[in-house]
Amino acid sequence: MNVIEHGRGKPPLDPHLKALENEAIHIFREVAAEFERPVMLYSIGKDSSVLLHLALKAFHPGKLPFPLVHIDTGWKFPEMIAFRDQVVARHGLDLIAHTNPEGLRDNVTPFSHGSARYTDIMKTQALKQALDMGRYDAAFGGARRDEEASRAKERIYSFRTPDHAWDPRNQRPELWSIYNGMIHPGESVRAFPLSNWTEVDIWRYIQAERIELVPLYFAERRKVVERDGMLILAEDKRLELLPDEQVREEMVRFRTLGCFPLTGAVRSQATTLDEVIAELEIATVSERQGRAIDRDQSGSMEKKKREGYF
Amino acid sequence: MAGQILSQNLLPGEDILDIDPHPETTGRQARPLRFITCGSVDDGKSTLIGRLLWDTKAVKEDQAATLRRDSTGKQNELGLPDFALLLDGLQAEREQGITIDVAYRYFSTDRRSFIVADTPGHVQYTRNMATGASTADLAVLLVDARAGILEQTRRHATIAALMGIRQFVLAVNKIDLADYDEARFRSISRDFREIALSLGVRQVTAIPVSALKGENIVTRGDEVMAWYDGPTLVETLEKATQRTGQTTGFRLPVQRVSRPGEGFRGYQGTVAGGSIKPGDSVVVLPSGVEANVKAIVTYDLVRNAAVAGDAITLVLDRPVDVARGDMIAAIDQRPQTGRAFNARLVALSSDGVVPGKRYWLKAGSRRQRVMVRPTSALDLTSGNWDDASFLPVNGIGVVELDFEDTAIFDAYETNRETGAFILIDPESLNTVAGGMIDGKRSKSGRFDALPDADRATVTLPARLLEAFLKTDFARAHAGEIRVTGPEEAEAD
Ligand SMILES: Nc1nc2c(ncn2[C@@H]2O[C@H](COP(=O)(O)OP(=O)(O)OP(=O)(O)O)[C@@H](O)[C@H]2O)c(=O)[nH]1
Ligand SMILES: [Mg+2]
Repeated sequence: MNVIEHGRGKPPLDPHLKALENEAIHIFREVAAEFERPVMLYSIGKDSSVLLHLALKAFHPGKLPFPLVHIDTGWKFPEMIAFRDQVVARHGLDLIAHTNPEGLRDNVTPFSHGSARYTDIMKTQALKQALDMGRYDAAFGGARRDEEASRAKERIYSFRTPDHAWDPRNQRPELWSIYNGMIHPGESVRAFPLSNWTEVDIWRYIQAERIELVPLYFAERRKVVERDGMLILAEDKRLELLPDEQVREEMVRFRTLGCFPLTGAVRSQATTLDEVIAELEIATVSERQGRAIDRDQSGSMEKKKREGYF
Repeated sequence: MAGQILSQNLLPGEDILDIDPHPETTGRQARPLRFITCGSVDDGKSTLIGRLLWDTKAVKEDQAATLRRDSTGKQNELGLPDFALLLDGLQAEREQGITIDVAYRYFSTDRRSFIVADTPGHVQYTRNMATGASTADLAVLLVDARAGILEQTRRHATIAALMGIRQFVLAVNKIDLADYDEARFRSISRDFREIALSLGVRQVTAIPVSALKGENIVTRGDEVMAWYDGPTLVETLEKATQRTGQTTGFRLPVQRVSRPGEGFRGYQGTVAGGSIKPGDSVVVLPSGVEANVKAIVTYDLVRNAAVAGDAITLVLDRPVDVARGDMIAAIDQRPQTGRAFNARLVALSSDGVVPGKRYWLKAGSRRQRVMVRPTSALDLTSGNWDDASFLPVNGIGVVELDFEDTAIFDAYETNRETGAFILIDPESLNTVAGGMIDGKRSKSGRFDALPDADRATVTLPARLLEAFLKTDFARAHAGEIRVTGPEEAEAD
């Protein structure tokens, strides 16, 4: 068998990124070896793109020993879905897209049900359904500790009850890089190989490894409308404008990608990776500022996670 | 002089400045420095890190706005935000005003990047402190200037030292509430120095700080503490060294075997010591089969070398039987193999560690059954190791491990990756202890860290022998010395 070398001519990673990469690969291999039915949650965003790249590295020259699950709320940016399908084809991945059938039947939308209930039904419940259907005992996710205060508390192997609940007051000790993968039937683990990465690390790694991203991360003139202090993309017919709202064209990009009605764009001139990183290094607000679901109240992320959210 | 760095070899009271003349490259040319804050409950650990994040501009505007909003009503008399809320992110923590679990935070200065684990002071959550300590290069130990050193301070210092942390910063905090009293600072530093020396910690930097007011954290507190001329906390952190802690030969704990297609068979894992290149001879343990390295495969390149920390896929030159949990090691610098080892243990579950119970032990990628027999436990007030057969929760003890099949270890002192393990309760499946291998145990109960011929022999009369074995010196050097009573020396 001929082993392909993907990195010919690419300069080596700096020691900081190399250490993060090594740690992530170690976690991938450990979970794949210890669990019977692992799965990777793939959300198409920058963190997921890095996660997938690291998974490909971890199992090279073999293929990924697990499928990917994408929770499709039906309200993702269209570019995201197109990008997802390209990635799946290019790497020959086994991807399962799941939408909550009850939510679909009841026509649950961010507008009709409000962001909190919509998120619960179309994301949290949908995720639990998908995990139950596949009887997965371990799910990789791209969450980072620097994203949010309750995430900062999470273990690399985050233990979940059969109901997928997280009990932050009773986490298992996690010493050195020795992970306890022993669970009872029905219980599961969420594994976070990117736990120790920061937003800047993610971008630097994307640059160093030439990882492809959804174009929404780069500034372009896009149609937006200002709502609740957020710039919402106004390209989808399902977005109904309120009486005093006006669609404008502006140079914007996204720092995180989720459901378009709940994800705010930032005004930006950064059209290249270098420019994005330069902007980030002087950014005065955090990336989650653009996420409606995180802004409801302090502790809302923890609440969602206790209920089984990612 | 304050802010001193102490050396183990000095007499108590004597100080020298022992700063590494060749500080490692910093910035992104090195991996981040990992440190923890620890110490007794309410001594100001979270406030200190919150302040550090604040003063290094790691807190973004939206996070600052949230902090101000959440601080309302809890504002201290100084009108400053409650910086601990930047760390204490769980609802239960906010309600109770304490830290329950470790928070990991990331920040950098112009000179270096850091990962800090803010650990809880409450004794009930010692397990979470141990979680943070296990991967740290340095510990910032906080003491409330008014209260001085408490039992929990000693416990945390001991666990940190046991886990191999050799650099301490003693932050004498809330100095604003102690009238910025120099004598108070000196007396606490002196007390701590003795503890550190008894734990074998070489480097201690003592700094008087006010976490809340940000004095001597990032900015100097000269206006209120003119008597202090040492470094600030952040200066000390920027200069700290990273622990390498690996003096063994090549080690690759095999995580998985990769067989993607006809003719390819690779062993995947992270190099846990030493280095390797194609052509090197290795031994597969426990089987003892020998082979040579044919290739080191990674996604990017087929490499001509790999070093500790690298996640690789190793291809050998002949078909051998290798499975997950095996270790591939340098042929001329092998780890210890056997069924009986001695170790030190921190008990982390409310059930403690029960003699005669069969636990699961996981080390690297190897998981096996083990019987654990505690022989002594540390008394935190006296500092003595007393005989014990049971370790209660948060207990620190020496144990004998007996395996049903071959175990593979290095002494923790020589390799943190291959000398550490966790114990898993077979019923709850929870992690109940963290352990550090001292060495192999032979039938007579001695350690086997070095072959007998390479050890120094210490012969003592029976009455001294027992006392000697209880000293930290004997424990720390258990693998290098051979201790005998007069009778045994003859019998050998
Ligand atoms: N005046 C003064 N108060 C301080 C200082 N540092 C901390 N405090 C106060 O001490 C209290 C406890 O601080 P925390 O930071 O929560 O203590 P902790 O050590 O993290 O506590 P645990 O994590 O629960 O062990 C808070 O009310 C702080 O505002 C200081 O330097 N000066
Ligand atoms: Mg705290």
